[in-house]
Amino acid sequence: MFMKTNRAQTRARLMAGIATAAVTLTGVMASAETVRWARVADALTLDPHSQNEGPTHTLNHHIYETLVGRAVDGSLTEGLATDWGISEDDENVWVFQIREGVTFHDGTPMTAEDVVFSLDRARTPPSGMAALHAAVEEVTAVDDSTVHVRMSGPAPLYVQNLTNTFIMSKAWAEENGVETAPNFAAGEEAYSVRNTNGTGPYVMVERDPEVRTVLQAFDGHWADAPEVTEVIYTTISEAATRVAALLSGEVDIVQDVPVQDIARLEQTDGVRVVRGPENRNIFFSYDMSSETLASSDADDNPFAKPEVREAMALAIDRNAIRQVVMRGESQPSAAPLPPFVNGWTEEMDAFGDPDLERAAELMAEAGYPDGFSVQLDCPNDRYLNDESICQALVGMLARIDIRVDLNAQTRSLHFPLIENWETDFYLLGWGVPTFDSQYVFDFLVHTREGSYGSFNGSRYSNPDLDAKIQSLSTMTDLEARDAMIAEIWEEVMEERIFLNVHNQVLAYAMRDNINLDVHPENQPRMTTVTFD
Amino acid sequence: MAAFILRRLAQSVIVMLTVALVAFALFRFVGDPIASMVGQETTLAERAELRTALGLDEPFLVQFGNFVARAVTGDFGISYRLQQPVMELIMSRLPATLELAMVSGILAFAFGVGFGVYTALRRGGWASSTIMTVSLIGVSLPTFLIGVLLIWVFAVELQWLPSFGRGDTVYIGDWWRTGLLTESGRASLILPAITLGLYQMTLIMRLVRAEMLEVLRTDYIKFARARGLSNRAVNFGHALKNTLVPVITITGLQLGSIIAFSIITETVFQWPGVGALFINSVRFVDVPVMAAYLMLIALVFVVINLIVDLLYYAVDPRLRVDRANARH
Repeated sequence: MFMKTNRAQTRARLMAGIATAAVTLTGVMASAETVRWARVADALTLDPHSQNEGPTHTLNHHIYETLVGRAVDGSLTEGLATDWGISEDDENVWVFQIREGVTFHDGTPMTAEDVVFSLDRARTPPSGMAALHAAVEEVTAVDDSTVHVRMSGPAPLYVQNLTNTFIMSKAWAEENGVETAPNFAAGEEAYSVRNTNGTGPYVMVERDPEVRTVLQAFDGHWADAPEVTEVIYTTISEAATRVAALLSGEVDIVQDVPVQDIARLEQTDGVRVVRGPENRNIFFSYDMSSETLASSDADDNPFAKPEVREAMALAIDRNAIRQVVMRGESQPSAAPLPPFVNGWTEEMDAFGDPDLERAAELMAEAGYPDGFSVQLDCPNDRYLNDESICQALVGMLARIDIRVDLNAQTRSLHFPLIENWETDFYLLGWGVPTFDSQYVFDFLVHTREGSYGSFNGSRYSNPDLDAKIQSLSTMTDLEARDAMIAEIWEEVMEERIFLNVHNQVLAYAMRDNINLDVHPENQPRMTTVTFD
Repeated sequence: MAAFILRRLAQSVIVMLTVALVAFALFRFVGDPIASMVGQETTLAERAELRTALGLDEPFLVQFGNFVARAVTGDFGISYRLQQPVMELIMSRLPATLELAMVSGILAFAFGVGFGVYTALRRGGWASSTIMTVSLIGVSLPTFLIGVLLIWVFAVELQWLPSFGRGDTVYIGDWWRTGLLTESGRASLILPAITLGLYQMTLIMRLVRAEMLEVLRTDYIKFARARGLSNRAVNFGHALKNTLVPVITITGLQLGSIIAFSIITETVFQWPGVGALFINSVRFVDVPVMAAYLMLIALVFVVINLIVDLLYYAVDPRLRVDRANARH
C-alpha cells in the first residue's frame, strides 16, 4: 500500500521536475551547465530542522535558505534577512528585516509569518536545532517584513546560531502535517523527509536517498541566476571509487578527497585540487580531576599534575604528525580553535620544538621517573586519519616513558566514553559553528551541569572560570567581552586542558575548468561555482 | 511431502528467532545510536530522554521481546538514520541486490559448470591450464581488491564501463526497480556481477571438475562407452548429471552467501542494495535496519535450504524411492 503512494509521489515529483526543468531551460538556455557532485555521505533527511548534521545541511542549503549565511571566509552574509541587530529599545530583543519579494518553490510568497513559524519549529523538540535556540523566549512578526526574537537575556551572538536554521512555508507545513520536526520515536515517516518546498536557489526534482538527488535552478529565485543550472548529487562512500569516478569523468566535483590521494590527483591532467582550513580542531584531552585513573598503573592521577601535562606538550611533535600521518595536509596548532574563530590569537597557537630532556625532568619532578601506563581512547572512522594520529602519539609518549595502550574503535563506541566519563585519555575533534570561543568554553571547559560541559571529558571544574564563561553569553559590550575571552583562554592554555594536534584541512577535487572554494564548514554551495 | 515442508517451516521459525536473539545481544557492542542521531549541542539530559523514548535503555531481552512482538505484525519500525519505515527502505533496496545476486549467480553457474566440464575432459591442454591458473587468482584475491582493480582497468583506464551506481532504472509493477531494461543499467551491472561471482565461479568450476574426474572413472561410464554411446551422451547425459547433486547444494548455499555477502561488492561499486544499506546502518548504529536486515538474510538462507532440499528430490531418484519404501 505505502509503496503505491510512494511510487505515485515519485511520479508526481518527476512530472513537477519536468515542468520546472522546462521552465528553467527556457529562462537560461544560453548557459545550461550541469555539475555532478559526489561526496561520502548523503543528507540524512530533507526536513530542514530535523538533524543538525553536516551533509544534511549542505544539501538543504541548496533547497532552503537561512536568515543569514556564512561566507567562505567565515563572515556572515545576508540571506533571507537583509538587516539584523539588537533592538535599540530592548537589549533582549533581536530584530530581523526580512527580504521582500521572495517566493517559495510552490509559487507562494514568503512572509514574516513563515519566518516566525520556522524559528518556532526549529526551537521545539524533537527538532535537532533546538539547542541552538535554547535562549529564545518568543518569536513575533511585527509587520510583514520585521521579525522580533525575544531572548531570555541579552544574547549578543544569537545571530551566529542562525546560519543553519532554514525557513520553510507555514502553509505547506500545515497542509502536509509537518508542523513539527519528525519524531524518531513516533515510528512513521514525515512528509518533509523526502519532499521540499524552500526558497532556495535550486528546486529538488528527483530524490533517491543515498543514490542520486537532482536539483534544478529555481527561476523564481530572488538572487542572480547561478552558472550551474542543474546539480546531480550522488553518494559514493568508498574512497577509491569516489576518486575513480572523478578520474573516469563520471563526476565533476568530489568533496571528500582521501588525504593519500591528494598529491596524485594534483598531478593528474584535467583535475584541480583546492584546499582550505576546516572549522575543526583535533586534540587530546585527559581526566585531570579523578583521584586515580582506571587504566593506569600509577597510584594517583598523573594527569592531575601540571608537570605531566607540560611534559606531554613537550613530547608531542606536531610537525612530524603533519608530515608523516597527514602527508602535509594539516595546520599544526597548540590552541583548540581554528584561526577564523573569534578569540584566536597567533601567540596561543604557537608551539616550540619537542624537548624530551626537559620533558623527562618534568616527569621525574612529578614523581614518575619510570613513567606510567594509561589507555588512550581513539575513534577510527570520524576524523581524517584519526587512528594514525593516536598511533603517532603512542610512539611520542613512549619516549618519555608514558606507556600508552591504544584503544581505537568506531565513533559510536568512542563518543559515549566521553559522554559517560569512562575514558582517562581521549582524542576529540571540535568545530565551532558559531565562530566564537564561547562555544568551545560552553561545551569543553565549563563544569558539566545542565546544558554546559557535555563534552568536557577532562572533568575539569573551576567555579571562577565557570562564572566568567557564563557572563560571556550576556555581555553586550563586545570589546569587554573579547577581553574576557582572552582572559579565559589564558587560563585554559596555562592549565593545559587540551593537548592540541592540528586544524584539519579540507580538500575538494574537481575538473580543472571548475572553480569552487573550500567552505570552512565543509558546506560548498553550487551557486558559487564558476567555469573557466 | 507436506509434512516435510511443514516440519522445515517450523524449524525455520526457530532459526529466525535465534538469529534475532543473537543479533540483539550483539547490538550493544556496536555502540550507541544516540551519539549519531543528535547534534553536538544536545545536552546529556536530552540524550537520556531520547534514549528512553526509543527504549534503548531497556535490557536487551526486553528490546528483543518488543522487536519480535512488533515484527510479527509486520512493523519493523523506522530507520534512525534515514527516517523512513524500515520495511519500505529494505524493499526499495532489495531488487538491486537480488538482480546483482541473480546475474552473478547465473554467470558463476554457467561459466563454472562449463569450465569445470571442459577442464575435466581436456586435462593438460593449454586452455585448461590457463583457466585453472586464472581461477586461482579468483579465489585468492579479496573481493575488495578485485573490485578496485576492475574499476581501475575498465572505468578509469579504458572508460568502457561505469565505476559506480546502478545506471538508469525503470519500474516493473509498483515497486520493483530494475536496471536490466536500460543500457546504462546493464553496463553498470557487469563489473559488480563479475566481482561478486568470481569466487563462486571458481568454486563451482573446481567442484564440477573434481566430481567429473571421479565419475568418468566409474564402471557405468565405461559400460556406456562400451555400448557405443556418443561422447556427448556419455559426458553430459551420464557423467555431468551425476555430478550435479553436490553442485546444486553448493550453488544454492552460495546463492545465499551471494545475497548476504554482497556487502563488500555493493560498497565498492556504490551499488544501492541492501548490503550497502546494512553497512551504512552499522556505522550509524541504526538498530531497526540492522535487525530487519539480519532477519531478512536468515529468511533467505532458510528458504534457499528448503528449495535445495526439494531439488534433491527432483535430481536424485533414490531419495524418492527411499521415502516410498520407508512407508511400507
